[in-house]
Amino acid sequence: MISANLSAVFYLVSGILFILALRGLSSPDTSRQGNFFGIAGMIIAITVTFLSVGNFSNSLIYVFVFLILGGAFGSFIAFKIPMTAMPELVAGFHSLVGLAAVFVAIAAFLSPSVFNLGTSGNIKLASLIEMSIGAAVGAITFSGSIIAFLKLRGIMSGAPITFSGQHFINLFLGLGILVLIFYLCKNQSTNIFWTVILISFLIGVLLIIPIGGADMPVVISMLNSYSGWAAAGIGFTLENTALIITGALVGSSGAILSYIMCKAMNRSFFSVILGGFGAEASSEVSKDKKDQKPVKNGNAEDAAFLMKNASSVIIVPGYGMAVAQAQHALREMVDKLKKNDIKVTYAIHPVAGRMPGHMNVLLAEANVPYDEVFELEDINNDFANADVAFVIGANDVTNPVAKTDPKSPIFGMPVLDVEKSKSVLFVKRSLSPGYAGIDNELFYKDNTLMLFADAKKMTEDIVKNLD
Amino acid sequence: MEIDPFIFRISIFILSIFVGYYVVWSVTPSLHTPLMSVTNAISSVIIVGAIIAALAGSSENVFNSSSIFGYAAIILAAVNIFGGFLVTQRMLQMYKKKKDKKK
Repeated sequence: MISANLSAVFYLVSGILFILALRGLSSPDTSRQGNFFGIAGMIIAITVTFLSVGNFSNSLIYVFVFLILGGAFGSFIAFKIPMTAMPELVAGFHSLVGLAAVFVAIAAFLSPSVFNLGTSGNIKLASLIEMSIGAAVGAITFSGSIIAFLKLRGIMSGAPITFSGQHFINLFLGLGILVLIFYLCKNQSTNIFWTVILISFLIGVLLIIPIGGADMPVVISMLNSYSGWAAAGIGFTLENTALIITGALVGSSGAILSYIMCKAMNRSFFSVILGGFGAEASSEVSKDKKDQKPVKNGNAEDAAFLMKNASSVIIVPGYGMAVAQAQHALREMVDKLKKNDIKVTYAIHPVAGRMPGHMNVLLAEANVPYDEVFELEDINNDFANADVAFVIGANDVTNPVAKTDPKSPIFGMPVLDVEKSKSVLFVKRSLSPGYAGIDNELFYKDNTLMLFADAKKMTEDIVKNLD
Repeated sequence: MEIDPFIFRISIFILSIFVGYYVVWSVTPSLHTPLMSVTNAISSVIIVGAIIAALAGSSENVFNSSSIFGYAAIILAAVNIFGGFLVTQRMLQMYKKKKDKKK
């Protein structure tokens, strides 16, 4: 048993270790060390908690059993999950944090004396507000993440689900929660507490269903942020510094990522939240752009020829590459090109893939050195000097319409200047529009050669033709 | 007059938001996915609340209404802690391999 003051100091130490864990991610070289700081912080926090409670009755055995049970399951998933499924995994993990926050809040509400918050039915006012907020945000995170998970997994359609009065209902429910928390503080009624949680579950669902598949990177970052605020809310209830610091870190991290994602799509945060993006755009565009323009159609042989005679090639990967599992074939192709002294770099748009940084991880998995991979702003000027731009599985992020047509729904979105390179190879299965539902002008440019095929198969064919 | 401890906690909270703001902006964009998985893992430090709730049960009554929620939260948070840190480690390992190969 250690004193409250000593354990508070240790919680502070673990909070600092968590800060260092995030700090380590500023470069791939320091990142692994950072991860160990995070693990150390977690071990300290858990150990101190056991010591400060000091109750080593039968319940301790159960705590360890459940800890190992959950840990084994978590480790199993961590080793088995394919990198393409990272967005779903992260969404799933967010839902667990949310639900854990709800459970801890319920436990604190049911037996407040354990946490020194007063007695049942007579909980300290501040604690009551803190735990209600923690529980409500946790519940929203949980159900919202479940919906995001289902959408990413493809179990639920990525199309936005909208109905009239949707935002009004959300607003009404949100205000309802505030009113209920107010009454909860007055009469400490258990039923009101349950109602707050139930309504929060409902809000989480309603909040995410109108958001279309294209906006998923924002949604995941946003839920990341929510899970942080939920943890912070519980941290206030438990008067635990480690939790408060962590909650604030995670909350601001998720908020910054949401901001970066929104900016990369030139969309305001509110328009993403209000949702309905994918649906309107596609119906509107399919009408006015139906006139068939000529497209230059090529095959693997042409592509191989073009690249063999190039001196620099920029590869623009997108989510389609991940779906087709073409990253390894791509890497093989690049190796061959490099042998012929061709300079090859990768250009990554911030929203390529379905979560922040997703494409980088997939390329890393395929053993692409990270110093050959460049972000949008670092490489965009290089397209003008490149002989070939090889677009594989990306679409909207290369669409020049974002720079030229103010009427386009993606106007103003920063895009890769692919069309400036001498020739563009565009691997795609068909001429169908991308996620945003907009026709890509790039298909019809004179210097574009369309390669209609599955990304993996086409890349493998090109590899054969490079010999 | 004595300052309410709540003020200290809110101070820590707000300062941590600022620390988070600057630290996260310095994270390189290529590591944004590991950033999300590691923040996931560390936010599961919520397990400390779950442990306190779970250990509160007396020896005769290990499973009372509140400790059951504690146990449940321990399972959820443990999945996250182990899963989050390990998957982050797995990803970061991939960033290393290339570096070595190139040398």
